[in-house]
Amino acid sequence: MTQAVADEILLDLIHAEIVSYANSSPLNSEDKKDTDYSKIELMGFSCGYRIIERLTKDGTRFKDELDTMKFICTELWAAIYKKQIDNLRTNYQGTYLLQDNSFRFLNKMSNTSQYLESAGKYVVFTCGLLRGALSNLGINAIVSTEINTMPVVKFHIQVSQPQN
Amino acid sequence: MARQGNRLDSKKVNSELFTLTYGALVSQLMKDYDNVEDVNKQLDRMGYNIGIRLIEDFLARTQSTRCQDFKETAEKIQLGFRIYLGISPNISNWSASGDEFSLIFETNPMLEFVELPDNCTNLKYCNVLTGVLRGACEMIQLDITSKFIQDQLKGDNVTELRVKFIKTIQDAIPAGED
Repeated sequence: MTQAVADEILLDLIHAEIVSYANSSPLNSEDKKDTDYSKIELMGFSCGYRIIERLTKDGTRFKDELDTMKFICTELWAAIYKKQIDNLRTNYQGTYLLQDNSFRFLNKMSNTSQYLESAGKYVVFTCGLLRGALSNLGINAIVSTEINTMPVVKFHIQVSQPQN
Repeated sequence: MARQGNRLDSKKVNSELFTLTYGALVSQLMKDYDNVEDVNKQLDRMGYNIGIRLIEDFLARTQSTRCQDFKETAEKIQLGFRIYLGISPNISNWSASGDEFSLIFETNPMLEFVELPDNCTNLKYCNVLTGVLRGACEMIQLDITSKFIQDQLKGDNVTELRVKFIKTIQDAIPAGED
């Protein structure tokens, strides 16, 4: 239908609003003022779950789990973050390590360990996105992250049930 | 590789991802608040925060100069929609005094994949846009309000956003700096 183009800055800004919304969630103010990570993760999940359908609808069937992961690292990442994952490692037993050396939601913030404590909430959405995308491709996984210096983010993907 | 043939159009994916992200946000808000009016308010507030940042990008990109009148502002707003959402709403229904106009959207990428369930007829799904306009205009010293008076999700043919000019915000001299 329309030649839909949403500028990428919109995604950045709406993501920032999602984070700040979860940060000041009005409903659970009785317990400490804390970021409600699960909310961001859930929103990411539902996006990932839906976007992967749009991305794979014309593709061929994936050979195996690793093939799926490669798709995530190249096509999905390129579509969303305009770059590919810089490094993919796996132990061939359901653990994958995806490294992005300049993660988009962080690369304007800092390139040292300044603000490191608040970096976490800016990657949760993407964790959910990965989990949602994998879940729709039939892979149940736990996604966690590791950030040492700022724009570098490592996503750990632990697949819960290896496919036979 | 077999998949090489159908390179993904990243612009399109980006737009869809934005639509889906916004949808996820709205549905989360619907879960969090009992009252649909509160959701509308929250969306407007988020839009405001987005608008006050987005205007910087807009000015840098278009190198716009100060608008001479509200008609020019309307055209700039239209341009903004073209840049950021790839749509050109029509400007129409000017009030006689020239301080009110309507933006008519025939299509809106934000409404792709969206259907309103019956229990949220008061939800203004795109209410984030009213906030964006208000925030962006406030940064260029225009006080405006806007509201949706027609909505495709509610069965109207077009979506109509009515924008009203209130006043020009004057630069206030900081206290003690005459």
